[in-house]
Order: sequence, then C-alpha cells, then structure tokens
Amino acid sequence: MSTSNKSIWKIIGASSVGTLIEWYDFYIFGSLATVIASQFFPKDNPTAALLSTLATFAAGFIVRPFGALVFGRLGDIVGRKYTFLLTLIIMGGSTFAIGLIPSYESIGFAAPIIVLILRLLQGLALGGEYGGAATYVAEHAPANKRGYYTSWIQTTATLGLFVSLGVILLVRQSLDSDPAVSIRKFNDWGWRIPFLVSILLVIVSIYIRLKMNESPLFAKLKAEGKTSVNPLKESFVHKANLKMVLLALFGATMGQGVVWYTGQFYAQNFIETVCKIDFGQSRTILIWAILFATPFFVVFGSWSDKVGRKWIMLGGMLLAIIFYKPIYKQFLSLSDTTAYQAITPTSAGEPQIKRDTVANNIITTTSVKKIFTDGYAYTQKNVDTVFADLSKPVAQAPVMYIDKKLPAGTYWTFVFLVFVQVIFVTMVYGPIAAFLVEMFPTRIRYTSMSLPYHIGNGVFGGLTPFIALLLTTINTGDKLVGLMYPIIVSAICFVIGALYVSNKIDPDVSD
Amino acid sequence: MNLLKKYLGIIWMLLGPVALYYLIKTALQQIAHHPVIDTKIQWGVFIAVFFPIAIGLMIFGWYAWKEEYKR
Repeated sequence: MSTSNKSIWKIIGASSVGTLIEWYDFYIFGSLATVIASQFFPKDNPTAALLSTLATFAAGFIVRPFGALVFGRLGDIVGRKYTFLLTLIIMGGSTFAIGLIPSYESIGFAAPIIVLILRLLQGLALGGEYGGAATYVAEHAPANKRGYYTSWIQTTATLGLFVSLGVILLVRQSLDSDPAVSIRKFNDWGWRIPFLVSILLVIVSIYIRLKMNESPLFAKLKAEGKTSVNPLKESFVHKANLKMVLLALFGATMGQGVVWYTGQFYAQNFIETVCKIDFGQSRTILIWAILFATPFFVVFGSWSDKVGRKWIMLGGMLLAIIFYKPIYKQFLSLSDTTAYQAITPTSAGEPQIKRDTVANNIITTTSVKKIFTDGYAYTQKNVDTVFADLSKPVAQAPVMYIDKKLPAGTYWTFVFLVFVQVIFVTMVYGPIAAFLVEMFPTRIRYTSMSLPYHIGNGVFGGLTPFIALLLTTINTGDKLVGLMYPIIVSAICFVIGALYVSNKIDPDVSD
Repeated sequence: MNLLKKYLGIIWMLLGPVALYYLIKTALQQIAHHPVIDTKIQWGVFIAVFFPIAIGLMIFGWYAWKEEYKR
C-alpha cells in the first residue's frame, strides 16, 4: 500500500506546507499579544487588556480539543483530504479577517468580540489540521520509514513559529528608515501585515492540496464500506480504544506538550520578561536556536524507525526534567548586571526624565542607557515618588535594569541554551506522529489521535506560559518557580510512559 | 512489572481528585485575594479544562488497576 518515492515527497510537501501555514497563522496572534491588546481591548487598564489577550490566547488552545473532535470525526467519515482542506480554509480566512478588524477606538466592544470569535475559529481549525496531516502522510508511508516521513510534518509547528517570528521582526524593522518610527508604525497599523499576507500562502496551499488524492488506506476502507459510522463513540466509549487514548495522553502527549512550550515559548518569555533582554535579541536568540535544532526532528523521527519511538520521546522528557533548572539558572546568572554596576560604562546616554502625577503624588522616572567595553548595554531606570503629603519621605523603587543587550559571547551562550531545550523538543516531538498513528486503527485514527494530541499539546502545553506566570505571582521570591509545572507534568508522564507504553513499532497500520 | 503497573493504578486514581482539590483550593484563594473578573475567568477556565482531564486520569488508573495494560 505504500507510495512511490517521488509521490511520497509530493505528499509530504503538500501536507507540510499547509500545516506550517496553519501554525504560522496561529502563532502570529500569540507573538503579537501586546500589540493586539492595545488595539482591541480597553486601554484603561493595560494589565486587564493584556490578560484579556492572554485569555483569548488560552481560548485558542482550549478549543483545539473540540476542533480535534469535530474535524477528527469528519476525517474518519468523509476522508482525510477534504477535512484538512477545510481546516486550512477556516484558518486562513480567520487569520486574514483578524488583519481587517477595525480597532476598539473605531467600533467599540464589537472589536474584541470579533477577535475572540476569530481566535476560537483558529483554534478549532488547528485542532483538525494536525491529525489529518500526520495521518495522511503516515498512511502513505512504508512501515520502515514511517517515523522518518512523518517527522517532516513534525518540523512544521516549530518552523511555523520560526516564520512568524521572522515575519514580525522583518515587518517591524522595515516600515521606515528610522527604527523608532518603524516600530511606531508597526504598533499602529503594521501589525496587520503578517495577518494579511497569510491569505496568499493559504491560497497556494489550498491549490496544492486540491490536487492531492485521498489516503490509500482510507480510500480502500471507504470502497469496502468499512468506515466508522460513529467515530466518537468508537474512540471514546469502547474500552479497547479509550484505554489507548488515555495512555497516549498521560504517557506521551502530556509531557510532549509541556516540553514543547517550555523550550520555545516559555524560554523566550523568560528571556524577555525576567532576564529583561531587549525585544529584538530575545527573539533572534530563539530564531537561531530553532534554525539549528529543526533538522533534529527528522534525525529523531528517522532514528525512531530503528530503535522504537518510546525511549527517544521519554529520553527528551527526562533530559528536560534534569536540565531545565540549571539552564534557567544560567539565564539569570548571565543576564545579571551586578558586575557591570561596579564599573564605569564606555558611554552613557543623556538621562531621559519623565514626570507623572498620580493622586497628587509626583512620580519621576529617570532612564539612562549605558554601554560597556565588551558590548554589554542596558537601560538603568530609577523611579522616585514625591508624595503630596510632604511628611512622608521620598519613595525610591529598586533600580531596574531593562532592555539589556548581550555581548556576542553571552548572546551565543543564550542561543546554545535555548538550542538545547529545542533539542529536547525534537526528541519528544519528532517521533510522536508515527507513535500516535500506530496506536489506533484506520477507521477511527483521525479522531482517536487528534484528541490526546491536542489535549497534551494544546491544554497542557499551551497553558504552560500562563500557568508558569501564575506560579511566579503566587511565589514571588523564586524566579524559577514557573518551571515546576513542566517538570512535574513531564515527570508523571515519564513514569506512565516508561511503565505502560510499548516500544514496539506496528508493522501494519492498515488495520 | 505487571504488579507494579497494577498497584500504581491506585496512585493514578488518587492523583486525579488530589490535583483537582489543590486546583480548586488555589483558585478559591486567588479569587478571594484578587476578586476581579479576570481572576475568576482564568481560574474558572482552568477548573473547567482540568476537571475532565482529572476524571480521565482516574479512569486510566482504574484500567491500570484492572490490569488492562498487562503485557
């Protein structure tokens, strides 16, 4: 039933490009959360606006399992090809429409409501896409190369993030010759461009996918009249299959999800908001790390065809459990400004002084940019409050060191430390499509593999930055407390996976 | 190994309600500490999402206890 070598590359190409675009569409929203907050949510309280966007972001992830159910069912009844074509159209249309919505200032509360609806549609579409693409490729692949061929689909999530970061940085810097003006224009209207360009990519991808044939295994099943009548019932009510769905979730995808999001999203968020590295560097660090690590998805996917999927995935989880804390401690140590505070900078900019009056108290913010001989730079920010009640002494907030620019050596150490985390991601994620495909029969494969994948990746993984942030607000003394969530989830998943999951490669997925 | 898998089933069955208890306890503490709509929405979403997952973990534990994963 396997396909010729030339055809399989066409199938991989067509499936991967569409999936990559869907991930790109999904991630540009998350990457532009702050800008979107200022455009679509009431500005009275910036924290509320940001939280609203994060909640919307989370909603995007929470509806993913529902998308898995809706489109998984469709894919097992109608077919893989038309289902993941439909998800691409919904995703592309929603993304394009987000780029067109007037701001909150123009149309009031209709703006955030439309954004929320479109975001939910994005989540729904993504929930249906991945399972279809992975199933489609796996059902064309020979047994001895299933891990290798499906690993190309596995690169798309990371590459989608890579492209979204690249497009955002490029647009942000190219709207004007003056960088400050360019950023202002980007925040004003330029942020819409990454959303709007998506439609061109989607049209191309739809055209390619329309020319593809249905999966041979599904086509055979349909011709024989053996497709499932009720895939949801067969997947989640029948014990024989439900126990495998639960095993897939708690023994594989749950840990995979948190390792994926910690290594890429939480790492970038930590570097920017905790280490206070500037916007550009915090993103280029991730871009380089992803670029260097992405080939390893294919390496581990291919290796899993020889040694089995289980121990490569669990190895990635175990390494993450062991090394997360040391890696993040290094981030803090390398970005610490204490040593620089004792030495004289080679240049210091003019102090920028800003005064605000809040409840008759005068708040003075003084910012000075300092650059040192090795290239390290930061902005030192002092905030003093003179109270209206003159009997109170002037309050001085702790000095803040922000917008840090790392010297070359430290910068590349950061790249290496993120690269190591993305390697963990490639270990857990590279073989997982083949692993999930082999767990379930053809007649309910789309439904059965999509749900645990999207609960693991979307819910456990997608909420990682959010839950980590909440943990840091509960325990403010420990900057690494946010890591407890991915470490504990990975540890439980590792134990369940090690004991209950089989390492056997299924030689025949046409059952 | 099969015996270990069976008896660990009890742990997985207990882990579901224990995780849910701590989730609800933390949610109530946080909502009492910051009684604003954002906090309520966040924690409401967490409970709504993790509740069925905790049930799933209990069912997984039950299957393990019943030796459904025996090899």
